[in-house]
Amino acid sequence: MFLEKFYYNDHHIPERQKNYIFAIIMHELSIATNIIEIAEDFARSHQAEKISRIELEIGQLSGIVTDSLQFALELAVKNTVLEFAEVIIKEIPGKSRCNKCQAEFGNNDLYTPCPACHSIDSEIISGKELQIKSIFTG
Amino acid sequence: MCDTCGCSDPNTGVTYHKPGEEHAHENPHTHDHEHHYEHDHEHEHGQEHHSHTHDHTYSHEHNHDAHTHSHDHSHEHVGHQHQHEHDHAHDKEYKIKHDILDKNKMLAERNRGYFDAKKVKAINLVSSPGSGKTTLLEKTISELKQGLSLYVIEGDQQTMNDANRIHATGIPVIQINTGSGCHLDAEMVSKAVKQLDVADNSILMIENVGNLVCPALFDLGESHRVVIISVTEGEDKPLKYPHMFHSSDICIINKTDLLPYVDFSVEKAKEYAMQVNHHLQFFEISAKTGEGMDAWLGWLRKL
Repeated sequence: MFLEKFYYNDHHIPERQKNYIFAIIMHELSIATNIIEIAEDFARSHQAEKISRIELEIGQLSGIVTDSLQFALELAVKNTVLEFAEVIIKEIPGKSRCNKCQAEFGNNDLYTPCPACHSIDSEIISGKELQIKSIFTG
Repeated sequence: MCDTCGCSDPNTGVTYHKPGEEHAHENPHTHDHEHHYEHDHEHEHGQEHHSHTHDHTYSHEHNHDAHTHSHDHSHEHVGHQHQHEHDHAHDKEYKIKHDILDKNKMLAERNRGYFDAKKVKAINLVSSPGSGKTTLLEKTISELKQGLSLYVIEGDQQTMNDANRIHATGIPVIQINTGSGCHLDAEMVSKAVKQLDVADNSILMIENVGNLVCPALFDLGESHRVVIISVTEGEDKPLKYPHMFHSSDICIINKTDLLPYVDFSVEKAKEYAMQVNHHLQFFEISAKTGEGMDAWLGWLRKL
């Protein structure tokens, strides 16, 4: 279903490249379908006729590309409770704490060493979020 | 709609096959998550439709009376399952703080509990396509099958090829074909394990779909995650695909017999991988020649 719609919009892309793109967005598509399922459950249990807005928190170290997620949601929401919902994605910056010198530092990748002592022994303290923060019904 | 791979067409659904039982376990679309919507029953005795109720993980609601405001609400109770309702102009806001991967995490923990109870060690093998996972598995099985009880779950989008190769070694195997899905998830593993009928005190090898991106996000309930790279790939793979290396416990560097012919520095690769995950333990192996296999086999025997 998504595949067809996706292809339909992208006639100009060669077949081989399409598969490549499709593979790239695929796990964001998994995330999108999870979001839709949670929203559908929510709408049923709250007897909400429609969801007007959904707010997501996606950590920069979560492995999810927010642009791809937006795109995947656009493909996937058709005929679901989220079809007309405004989607707000808030990116949560990555933050780690060094296990050697306890310094806290921002990092948007998983391999930045501690800027204070250059140790690679650090733990992520935020940026792994994959969460639906709020749902607005209206 | 499938919660995992987004497939809705039976032709792109997940199938489970055992070699030699080609059609025995075919499920056109085996995800049995409930699609409750549109399930209203009609009752002849004039009763109104009734709809099914669903689990509410959020336990209770606080109703803050209709004060309208357009700014962000700052009183979030992190870690609580409370839910706050606000009247937002005409829309109601529900702060649900729901983890998007909740369902998979829950099912993965269920698998983990099942494996623990049966003293089954589950190993999730992840890598790019073509890194030599299946060859490594074949060699590992032929060395270990005398002394240990082994089972294999093979994950691929299409074909029985890998399961047939494992079947030839004589140990029980089931093939999961994910269709268009790019990774295995906890639910697929749960179903496959039931069909495999895994004995207590076994090692269960799960060969994930060849993909260094998506499987990183999906816990299967494994006891160890093993990422494999081969020396024909770039030594900077750990930096390019950090999530997979970050989430793994073991890193196998495979095809070391080809080192004289390629520009691949094992030390560099290890250094990059350690930058991403300093807990990683390494094995340098040539599954083809058997070089370095002893250390890996020793690790498995000690599990």
